[in-house]
Amino acid sequence: MKCSYACGSSEHLIARRAFLGGVATGLGASALNLGTLVQPAAARNLVSQQKRVLCFFMSGGLSQLESWDPKPGADTGGPFRAIPTSVPGIHLSELLPHTAQQMHHLALVRGLNTSEDDHGKGRYLMEKGRRKMPGIQYPHFGAVSAKALGTEELALPGYIHITPGGGGGTSNDAAYLGPKYASVVLGNGNPPQNSVRPKAVAEDSATRRQKFRQRVNDHFARNRRTAETDAYTESYEQARRLMERRELFDVSQEPEKDQERYGRHDFGRHCLLARRLLEADVPFVQVSHSNYDTHNENFNFHLEQVSEFDISFAALVADLADRGLLDHTLIVVMSEFGRTPRINHYYGRDHWSKAWSVVLGGCGVQRGAAVGKTNERGTEVVDGEVDHGALFHTYLSAVGLDSTGEFDLGGRKMPMADPAATPITELLA
Amino acid sequence: MSTTETAAKEAAPAEDRTKPAETRVLTEYEHESPLIACRFDPRGRYVFASAQDNSVLRWDLASGEKTIFLLHDSWVRAFGFTNQGETLLTAGGDGRLAWWETAAQKPEPSRVVEGHHGWIRALSVSPDASQIATGGNDLAVRLWNADGGSLVREFTGHAKHIYSVEFHPDDGNILLSGDLAGVIKQWNVEKGEETRSFDAAPLTSYNGGQRVDFGGVRTLCFSPERQHLAAGGLHEASNPLGAVHEPILLVYNWESGEKIQTLTSKPKHKGVAWRAVYHPLGGYLIAVSGGSSGGYLLFFRDAESNEFAQFKLPNIARDMDLHPDAFRVATTHYDKRLRISALGPPEVDQPA
Repeated sequence: MKCSYACGSSEHLIARRAFLGGVATGLGASALNLGTLVQPAAARNLVSQQKRVLCFFMSGGLSQLESWDPKPGADTGGPFRAIPTSVPGIHLSELLPHTAQQMHHLALVRGLNTSEDDHGKGRYLMEKGRRKMPGIQYPHFGAVSAKALGTEELALPGYIHITPGGGGGTSNDAAYLGPKYASVVLGNGNPPQNSVRPKAVAEDSATRRQKFRQRVNDHFARNRRTAETDAYTESYEQARRLMERRELFDVSQEPEKDQERYGRHDFGRHCLLARRLLEADVPFVQVSHSNYDTHNENFNFHLEQVSEFDISFAALVADLADRGLLDHTLIVVMSEFGRTPRINHYYGRDHWSKAWSVVLGGCGVQRGAAVGKTNERGTEVVDGEVDHGALFHTYLSAVGLDSTGEFDLGGRKMPMADPAATPITELLA
Repeated sequence: MSTTETAAKEAAPAEDRTKPAETRVLTEYEHESPLIACRFDPRGRYVFASAQDNSVLRWDLASGEKTIFLLHDSWVRAFGFTNQGETLLTAGGDGRLAWWETAAQKPEPSRVVEGHHGWIRALSVSPDASQIATGGNDLAVRLWNADGGSLVREFTGHAKHIYSVEFHPDDGNILLSGDLAGVIKQWNVEKGEETRSFDAAPLTSYNGGQRVDFGGVRTLCFSPERQHLAAGGLHEASNPLGAVHEPILLVYNWESGEKIQTLTSKPKHKGVAWRAVYHPLGGYLIAVSGGSSGGYLLFFRDAESNEFAQFKLPNIARDMDLHPDAFRVATTHYDKRLRISALGPPEVDQPA
């Protein structure tokens, strides 16, 4: 769906429903990107709280049995044992000893049933909160967060995705919210492509060019503004802002001891970069970690991958807590699905969406909670079953948004989250 | 010759009567859980196996009686024997090394040592049975006193998980350890020093797309005359996470340390060479392969790059051992069965 806001009228700047929950305090709402959907009083609340989201995507399908919901001793349990955590009564896989010490900042959702074992469809519903439907695209959680939590003053993209590899660039995952809120991808944590001013172009020359471009764009937009021209203009603006803040992507500026603490590997560097981006007020940072699609030798590969994740993730959670950022940052660790309790003949586990887990933490979340339960073999949810729709509502609620709110797109109302679902209230602080 | 080999020799025939091309399954033993590792005791009375339910199983080869050994709270991956086969050693994913009476009616461990932080994947007993070497995920090789269970020495230097350890069968001062990175280190046991290394890089790979290290030195063995060392595992890992890879063995000249042969299956099976042993009389290598092509016993001569015989097992295989009679082979399988196969036709059967 195209975004259509050509007229720019005030009716399209404020939705009919109050979009945000909470008490209004703090700065004015004029700077927020919430013009299309909120009341000013509610928007002020967000600015003061500086809510942010840090999302980890465990590509391929993290095994819940080798992470958040171990079943030692069961025929499905595998060779790893369970260890106690900083929260009495909660145990994690022994592959997560560092994370276990941060459990009091986190919460487990162990009753997830998404009924979707396909990688693409599973990822879609987890990241967008709804099933893929023909003819309609929904915005990524990151795009929603960028629009709802970002400010006009923010010099950086609202949604940054740090991937394990690839060249970077932008994605079209904002759907009807428009390209302004789409992800900027940092392939292997490298700075955005072409973000260095060419040596052949002097600084004052670049400045003059930019001013001229702005003047022409403004003139054109006065009568013929469209989503496409806005996107075009925004792409230049975003590139310019990124060039000015390029040093932000250089994690070598972080202390040596922090680089060591996060781990001397790509994922450690990516987590350190995530910390820098959150401290620079980027509303949504996603870090992907690969690869968990372990149909073969699941235990060797989880030993390799989860152990790497554990050190960096735990360091980042601890730092966010120490720096006071955790009260304003929602943490989510998700995947496209879990893995089969049944161990196959290659010592592998296959795709399993009937009973798996995600982790939340930080702001708006009941820290130290474990919601939902699977049976002794981990094959089914026996208590507190939830799905992707409920999770999406929960994420939005945790950062202070009214998850039943709507985007107003040229008069057409688009619910932010699946209207058929509701938040997991017992998980919210 | 090691004491274990001495015990085995007593049970072995004087000449090779095997015909690998006519291998056949003799017996099946069943458990309630998929099986992992297996070993015959050196006197040839029992076959031991580990299972995914964390148990260790002993089958009496004469009666078929099954006895369960319970201790470990993870999968047992390694067995060994000392005291002329009267003492069983087990080690596994809980990092513990345990001593048992091999023939116990009601098995209880006589000693348990917390050997490693994380998995113990391999163990080997010195030729005089006085020392035990273990290798683990904590990147250490440790040497234990077989009688008292005390730690004698630690060998460090591996950068990746240790998958295999093997004493030289005639010289207890030589110990080998192989890791995930395809590095085989030779240690001077008395001095605790690395003396040389073997390059087994073909056994490992890093898949940039999947971002995983895969492979490793899964097995090590010496030829009967000690002139060759074989290392096995997998290669051609185009899709590690999807089980697309092939078994491979590398043969080295022991004196020079040079790789002299690469052994692969033809037709190309998909799987891992989980273990390889040299036949003490026939001089050929027996490897067990398990993977998406199923389970196979592959028979190689060092001079030929492909197997001269193969036997398709009824189910995917995970480990293998050669009986002291040098005629029977045990294999463990995902279908919860341990199979005893004969390396020849009925007319050359050896007595049980």
